[in-house]
Amino acid sequence: MATTAITTDTKWWGGGKSPFNVEYGKLMMWYFLMSDAFTFGAFLIAYGTIRFSSTGWPDPNEVFQSFPGLGSGLPLMFVSLMTFILIISSVTMVLAVRAGHERNKAAVVKYLFWTIIGGIAFLSCQAWEWHHLHEEGAWWGRNPFVNQDGTASSTNFTNFFFTITGFHGFHVFSGVVINIIMLIMAMTDTFERRGHYLMIEKAGLYWHFVDLVWVFVFTCFYLI
Amino acid sequence: MAHSDHDSANKNEVRNVTIILSVLTIVELALGFLMYKSFNDPGFMRSAIKGIIIILMLAKAFYIVSYFMHLGHELRNMIMTIVVPLGLFFWFIIAFLYDGHTYKVSRLTYDKYKAESANVKQPAIEKNEEKRSETGH
Repeated sequence: MATTAITTDTKWWGGGKSPFNVEYGKLMMWYFLMSDAFTFGAFLIAYGTIRFSSTGWPDPNEVFQSFPGLGSGLPLMFVSLMTFILIISSVTMVLAVRAGHERNKAAVVKYLFWTIIGGIAFLSCQAWEWHHLHEEGAWWGRNPFVNQDGTASSTNFTNFFFTITGFHGFHVFSGVVINIIMLIMAMTDTFERRGHYLMIEKAGLYWHFVDLVWVFVFTCFYLI
Repeated sequence: MAHSDHDSANKNEVRNVTIILSVLTIVELALGFLMYKSFNDPGFMRSAIKGIIIILMLAKAFYIVSYFMHLGHELRNMIMTIVVPLGLFFWFIIAFLYDGHTYKVSRLTYDKYKAESANVKQPAIEKNEEKRSETGH
C-alpha cells in the first residue's frame, strides 16, 4: 500500500513519463469506444424519443416468445440464452487477456478460441431470430404485431428493432473477425516475438464493449 | 509470492463478477416477464418496475466496465477523460425523451383524429387478410 500511495503522489504531468500510464493504442481504443457509445446512445435515445411520442407499443413477451425446436409460448427464453452466451464469451475474453499478461500462449489460444465460438453462437442465434421474425411478417417497414392494448401499431417498432440489433450484430461480427486475427497472431507467435500480448487487451476492450452495448439493447427492446 | 496472491484474487474477482452479472440478468428477466403479466395497464407499478430494471442495467454496465474492462484500475485522470464526456448523456436522455412526451401530449390535445384513433383496436378483419396474403406468398 505504501508504494501505491507514493506512486499516486508522483507528478504524472511533470514530464518524462506517460501521464495516463497506459499504452497509446489502449488509450485510443478507449476513446474510440467512447465515441461508439455515443453512436449507440444516439440510436437508443432516438428509439426512446419515438416510444415516448407513441400512444402504444407491442408487448415484448408476445413478440419474442419462440425458441428453435420448442415452438412458441416461451417468452424471453431465447433472448436469455443469447444474453448468457455473450456474458460467458466476455468471461473467456477476460481469461484470455489475463493469460496474455502471464505470457501463457497455450491459454491465450484456448480462451480466444472459446470467445470466438461464443461470438459465432450469438450471431447464429440472432440470425435465427431475425429469420423467424421475418417469417412472421416483420421487417423494415412491416409490422405484424399489435400494441399491447390491442390498438394498431406503427412500423417504428420493427424499424428500430432491426436497425439497432443489426448495428449491434455488425459490431459482434467485427469483434469475431478481430478475435480471429488475434488468434492467428497468437498461434503464429507474433506476440511472442513482440515480447508482450498487449494487442489481446485492446481486442478484449472492444469485445467487452460489444457485451456492454448488448446489456442496453437487451433492456430497451426485450424488457421494458 | 505476491504474484500468486494477486492471481488468485483476480480469479475470484472474475468468478464473482460473472455470478453477479448472471444473477442480475435473471432478476431482470423475471421482472420484465412479471411486469407485462401482472400489471396489464401502464401505471405507477409498471413504471416502478421499469425503473428497477434500468437501475439493474446500470449496475451490470458498471461491473462490466469497471472489472472486465479494468477501467477501475486505471489512473483517475484517465478515467475522468472517459467518464466526464459521457455525462452529456444526462442532457441527451432527459431532453429527447421529454421532447417525445411533449409531442405526444400536444398531438393528443390538438389533433382530434389522432386522439380518437389512438383508442381504436386493430380490426380483426385486417389481421385475417394479412394472414391470408402471407400464406399466399
